Amino acid sequence: MQRNATYVLGFAAAVCVVCAVVVSTAAVALKDLQDANLSAYREQNVLEAAGFSQPGEPLVGQELAAAVARLDASVIDLATGDIDPDIDVSTFDQRRASTDPGSSHRVDANRARVMRVPNNALVYEVRDEAGALEMVVLPIEGKGLWSTLYGFVALDADLSTVRGLTYYEQKETAGLGGEVDNPRWKALWPGRQAFDAAGGMVLQVVKGQAGPVDQAPHEVDGISGATITSRSVTYMLQFWLGDTGFGPYLDRLREEVN
Amino acid sequence: MASTRETFLDPLVNNNPITLQVLGICSALAVTTKMEVALVMSVAVIAVLTLSNFFISVIRNWIPSNIRIIVQLTIIASLVIVTDQILKAYFYDVARQLTVFIGLIITNCIIMGRAEAFAMQNGPWESIVDGIGNGLGYSLILMIVGFVRELFGSGRVFGVPVLTTVSDGGWYVPNGLLVLSPGAFFIIGMLIWGLRTWKRDQTEVD
Repeated sequence: MQRNATYVLGFAAAVCVVCAVVVSTAAVALKDLQDANLSAYREQNVLEAAGFSQPGEPLVGQELAAAVARLDASVIDLATGDIDPDIDVSTFDQRRASTDPGSSHRVDANRARVMRVPNNALVYEVRDEAGALEMVVLPIEGKGLWSTLYGFVALDADLSTVRGLTYYEQKETAGLGGEVDNPRWKALWPGRQAFDAAGGMVLQVVKGQAGPVDQAPHEVDGISGATITSRSVTYMLQFWLGDTGFGPYLDRLREEVN
Repeated sequence: MASTRETFLDPLVNNNPITLQVLGICSALAVTTKMEVALVMSVAVIAVLTLSNFFISVIRNWIPSNIRIIVQLTIIASLVIVTDQILKAYFYDVARQLTVFIGLIITNCIIMGRAEAFAMQNGPWESIVDGIGNGLGYSLILMIVGFVRELFGSGRVFGVPVLTTVSDGGWYVPNGLLVLSPGAFFIIGMLIWGLRTWKRDQTEVD
């Protein structure tokens, strides 16, 4: 039906106000729950990479609390590898830091297709009662076929042996590249060596079968039908375990261990 | 005027939004690799469709006709955002898998189609029934496509292994085509073909 302009404008304004109130109420009321979900999920992935939990079987209750208590989170300065005491670990958001020009920097074109690297990164160290390093869990990210993959890699105290690898966020093809989430594929990682005797990052995902750890310490089976995603896993390990990423931090830990 | 019963049952087979009207295909391709995800998507669409039909029907006599489309869209978009927020808060795992597709419910032609074709002319109660009916019609196709894709694409039904795949040490070699979007196209195509062979009156006349 035809109405005059004042009515139309008034009606539009009323609809907007009502809808805006509903949407913002929902967003504000549910934000805490959503944030809690995200950080809980991220935490489960750290624990899984560290080998405290099995893939697909998240820890709950006391087991969860005990495992989390073993993680010593700290924010490091990526350039020097030292712990940055000025940044609060509980509020540090690495994803946000890597998009903010004030807390990140552009990097040269690289095969992991990482555009910006944050100045600081959140790492998890696991130490025994005496304070000796047992392992370290590092965040990694890089472009796959369709999406950016976000995950964690855990290294043993020798800072070369992989304890585990997980991805907590990726949008690769389900059933092909998405198989980076497959527990059977992730089970291939523990025990592989990231670095060779000369200190070069040589771990890579190869085409076809790599064989067991003792025969192929530097290679992991490729995912069939997912050449590009497999390759990007190699590239992002090279990027983040190398000097462009956690190199200085790993060097510092090596000195500490030796 | 169709009876309430017809309003509810018609969209299931006789006037199914996907197979007869060929609406909502995009999301039917995107979210049907796993049945669990398809189920949550179905519930979300039923909720949004029912509520949007209801609200639009309630205010249908006050909506100025020259801005009716944008008013419908505003209501639908708000409902979708609220749905998305609720899923992220209470069904985080599934929300992660659905990613952008919940947001894309806004662009699902079924919802706007029903608002424009039904809710603008009918009372709130009939509109609710129509919303549930069309939502169920959409869900029915989604679940059939999801079942075929998950069973033959990854050997599972609702995430439970049924055919043990080779990569899990079994005998079944999964059909990789089915986990890709074109696989869904084939299944939907065959469904439409089958349905129109069964119900001749659904065939379009050239």
